[in-house]
Amino acid sequence: MGLGREREGWLQIYYYMRLTRTMEDRTRTLFLQGRIVGGVYTAQGHEATTVGAAMMLGEGDFIVPQHRDLGMHLVRGSSPRAVMCQWLARGNSPTLGRDGQLHIGDIHHGIVPSISMLGESLPVACGIGLTMKMRQRSTIVLASLGDGAANTGPFHEALNFASVQKLPIVFLIENNGYAYSTPNKTEFAIENLSDRAQAYGIPGEAVDGNDVLAVTEAVERAVEHARSGKGPALIECKTFRVRGHSEADKADYVPKDLLAEWLKKDPIQRFEEYLSEKGILTAEEKARIEEKVRDVVDDAVRFAEQSPAADAETVADYVFAPDGPIAIIGEPGADDPHYVNALDTRTGKPFTTVSGAQAIAQGRGLPASSPGRGGHSLTPEEVGRR
Amino acid sequence: MSEVTYLEAISQAIREEMRRDEAVFLLGEDVGSYGGAFKVSAGFLQEFGPERVIDTPMSEAAIIGSAVGAALMGMRPIAEMQFIDFIASGFDQIINMASKMYWRAGMPVPMVIRGPSGGGTKGGPFHSASPEAWFFHTPGIKVVVPATTYDAKGLLKAAIRDNNPVLYLEHKLLYRMPELREELPEEDYIVPLGKAIIRREGEDMTILTYGAMVHQSLRAAQALEEEDDLEVEVLDLRSLTPLDHEAILESVKRTNKVLIVHEDTLTGGIGAELAAILAEDLFEYLDGPITRVAAPDAPFPYAPPLEAAYLPDEEEILTAARKLAAY
Repeated sequence: MGLGREREGWLQIYYYMRLTRTMEDRTRTLFLQGRIVGGVYTAQGHEATTVGAAMMLGEGDFIVPQHRDLGMHLVRGSSPRAVMCQWLARGNSPTLGRDGQLHIGDIHHGIVPSISMLGESLPVACGIGLTMKMRQRSTIVLASLGDGAANTGPFHEALNFASVQKLPIVFLIENNGYAYSTPNKTEFAIENLSDRAQAYGIPGEAVDGNDVLAVTEAVERAVEHARSGKGPALIECKTFRVRGHSEADKADYVPKDLLAEWLKKDPIQRFEEYLSEKGILTAEEKARIEEKVRDVVDDAVRFAEQSPAADAETVADYVFAPDGPIAIIGEPGADDPHYVNALDTRTGKPFTTVSGAQAIAQGRGLPASSPGRGGHSLTPEEVGRR
Repeated sequence: MSEVTYLEAISQAIREEMRRDEAVFLLGEDVGSYGGAFKVSAGFLQEFGPERVIDTPMSEAAIIGSAVGAALMGMRPIAEMQFIDFIASGFDQIINMASKMYWRAGMPVPMVIRGPSGGGTKGGPFHSASPEAWFFHTPGIKVVVPATTYDAKGLLKAAIRDNNPVLYLEHKLLYRMPELREELPEEDYIVPLGKAIIRREGEDMTILTYGAMVHQSLRAAQALEEEDDLEVEVLDLRSLTPLDHEAILESVKRTNKVLIVHEDTLTGGIGAELAAILAEDLFEYLDGPITRVAAPDAPFPYAPPLEAAYLPDEEEILTAARKLAAY
């Protein structure tokens, strides 16, 4: 699946890594300016893992991402506009201002919204996988978690249940060294979290999460395993949280030399060096990609800032879904508007987590963001040209 | 046609819905080859196969979480808690995942969580729970409490067809109670969620109740008629969320006195909210204090004398009703 690790694929990965980093940098600025009122969680250093893993998925596959998975979201089609509306608590955000962060999704496009109780999404991923199995599909679920969530009950329940039922799920641990201020050595007493796979009779593998080549190779293997009906697999990507737990956390508990060591292993810089050596990324192309990334981020911020505030009159609305027929997602006709789950019935309009991205792509000539749905349509020439 | 038990009505509802709609499936501990701890799903595995009757590990978060995931996909899972007490192990999936999903993401979660609740079966502190208040307080989840065989089937069918998470609390004391055996309609029917029903009409007082306490209340009402010449109305709420405000207010406006009876503990229970509604909306109609009969604020006990003392019964209802009538 995925791109085969070809030139155009690498450039697409590079683009999404840069887009992820730039959006997060801008998000941080908005937070420091007081324009984002709630907590901001970013993932500098995770880009090889989040983007690389998501790029190995295909049409009909699902992601069950967590709070640091902007890279996954962007690759699978979440709209930068929608993400920014969410951060800025706009009334037209995917949650209509009801929730913040990256807690967004669109089930029709294979994105499950996360919650703050990390680990709790993993049983939900089992339900997605169970449905794929019942409906005899060859699609798979990529469900992510951090080292922190690997110590929750739901992690163990989900891996065990997925293994027993042979569910098509790739569990991806982004081990970034800390659960808030708690270091790995206080979290667990084993070397590799991927070793826990043995306890559930599934394949487990630990890779350098800052090396996008290693990530894509390992995830591709795991995806093939899951897709072939053999059941789940566990990948641990070892990376590092080079910033605080949130932007309110100075992370002074992180030893300075350890931080410096990991900053040197920046995944984007490493990938850039690789692409330059291979002659895939020229200075000119790089400049064009940077320009496009800036355009996308500028557009998203502008769009969000011009979007309406959340409507206080709706504060008690949307607690219950209305009556009516429900479509089985992913089957023919499931988007027919007579189904209660075809459109966002709160607004009577399409869901906006992904559709905003489509609007941008159409309106501004930017890349179709989900390789899963649109095919890998972005060629290096297009990356350069646009 | 023959008479069926409350338990058989539950079983019929699930079987008929699974036959009617391929999106409906059942998962839980021992529900497949064993047929469920109370045999609700006996024979289901043979009829529907292991993909729609799923024996799970002892993992409530995985059971409920998987139901949430499947429901997001447009399936209609029924997650069985072997005893409803065990729902606490899957609490987060209900409170933080299922109940907020439509509200925040616009995506419906059509699922049922059901299981045996209630006491009177010598189940002790971990097999006798009445957990409705936890979920009654949580926006985004419906709570259903059937008291009769007809309702057990009709409410469960309505719950399965609902597009929201529904907690269906079957009372295990009623499962095989001979006097609840009933002949059910041959044709498909539902009992709509959010509609209370008057089980006995009266003008002197309203008893608001649900679940197994409906039957205790009816017995007490009968005794009050025979011994005190009081006409007591018994309103079976059937659904706690949505709550049938209209039926409650209509009844109490006529009777002007209200006794609330529930098996769950007193403080912060359903009765507290009912009392608040009545105090706010019908203050000038009330001719006596809103009175509650409920379990004491203590965990559910095991030993028979303790259990008997703990559970509200006909005598307690009679005492409270007489005091209220005399007010």
